[in-house]
Amino acid sequence: MTDMTPDPIAERRRWMAVLARAEADEIAALLAALPPLPPHERLRAPETGLVMVRGRAGGDGGAFNLGEMTVTRCAVRIGGVVGHAYVAGRDKRQAELAAALDAALQDPARRAALMDGVIAPLDARQQAARDAEARRAAATKVEFLAMQTTR
Amino acid sequence: MYVAVKGGERAISAAHAWLDETRRGDPAVPELTVAQVEQQMPLAVDRVMAEGSCHDRFLAALAIKQAKGDLIEAAFLLRAYRTTLPRFGASAPLETGAMRLRRRISATYKDLPGGQVLGPTFDYTHRLLDFALAAEGTERATAPEADAPVPAVPRVTELLAREGLMQREDPGDGEPGDLTREPLAFPAARDVRLQNLARGDEGFVLALGYSTQRGYGGNHPFVGEIRVGHVAVEFTPPELGFPIEIGEIAVTECQMVNQFKGSRTEPPQFTRGYGLVFGHGERRAMAMALVDRALRSAELGEDVTAPAQDQEFVLYHSDNIEATGFVEHLKLPHYVDFQSELENLRTIRAALVRESLREAAE
Repeated sequence: MTDMTPDPIAERRRWMAVLARAEADEIAALLAALPPLPPHERLRAPETGLVMVRGRAGGDGGAFNLGEMTVTRCAVRIGGVVGHAYVAGRDKRQAELAAALDAALQDPARRAALMDGVIAPLDARQQAARDAEARRAAATKVEFLAMQTTR
Repeated sequence: MYVAVKGGERAISAAHAWLDETRRGDPAVPELTVAQVEQQMPLAVDRVMAEGSCHDRFLAALAIKQAKGDLIEAAFLLRAYRTTLPRFGASAPLETGAMRLRRRISATYKDLPGGQVLGPTFDYTHRLLDFALAAEGTERATAPEADAPVPAVPRVTELLAREGLMQREDPGDGEPGDLTREPLAFPAARDVRLQNLARGDEGFVLALGYSTQRGYGGNHPFVGEIRVGHVAVEFTPPELGFPIEIGEIAVTECQMVNQFKGSRTEPPQFTRGYGLVFGHGERRAMAMALVDRALRSAELGEDVTAPAQDQEFVLYHSDNIEATGFVEHLKLPHYVDFQSELENLRTIRAALVRESLREAAE
């Protein structure tokens, strides 16, 4: 993430990143506890396609094509605001929920409630899962002991 | 040459019905679910994603089930499926230096920033069959968690490069070549070679890597670093115009550190062989890194003498889906070809018989 981007875009990128990592059921369950989102109009029905994933030679050299991954995208409109989603995998429901939320979150009147009710809890869960994995990895870190030289 | 022949529909349909039955196996045994394959055969899934060149765990697991566990057939199914999907674009290059590490080891430094993190490895297991796994429903060990998480750590190659002892990679510019769009052409640039090796047959690339160790074009490799973990994938949708994270994928990266005696323009220094693959595929990433370095021989001014250094030999034969297609096409009817060979042979033999009769008569 670059810090050069103006704030509204940085914030939007954050919620899009969280929604891309969430499951449709999780998102729907959190939304169910909130006042329903206004109905949306589909500008582009959920569609599954591919993104070519790139790497760099030596990790930091020239780009090369590693292989493709499945991605599902969707675009919707709520009022005059367009919401987009591009999410890894083939879950069309997740993509449509993410696009609808992207549209609703751009509305300052709804943003705070949706950030608190949906994005923050998803983010916390994802952070916790990442943290648990990183602590599991840390438990497998080798602590070298100096060997006594024996004669 | 082979010609289309009518007939055989009933035989084919019966063969397919039997194939279905053999896939299912004994109906008294519960059927395998795709989720079970995905969760409990993760390394087979990783291999199919790598060789199928398409990251989708569920699809790879489905392909494995459909292929009855034949992983090359499964990769073929995945490659065929991907041709039905539109391409939205290309991601930003993965930032492997920011990887969420599950495993990270170095054979060149004992003490390095971040340390040696073993992760879920087969290394140090006894390779004795574990009959406890044959019993279902037994208690599994729970992996312990340390108090502090493993942080993101710099790459080992970066540590050497800062000292000027490791050749910097050419940052490159422009669009990398894409084997799914343009056929191979020689000499092939490193971007295309890496794409080819990343989806190459694990056995083939492994054998070639092994051959370099046994003296066929070796470069004294050290494992500078192997890292396994998750990296975020960033993509810029044209309609947004800024990059967004579309998810995370697991990858394995291997940096082989190799000697280089230097040239007129460059001092003696270490050079890199690089491996990057989908999923947890350490053997595959290591073999790729060995072969990548071998294929750099020409550009580093080294002699090109061994099979692993020969671009055409390596890159034309690494793809197991092309290879299986060409080998297995021999099963198709070659009746007309064979008839002409047969006639030819009979004519030659008849001529030989006439010849020997005439000689006997003289």
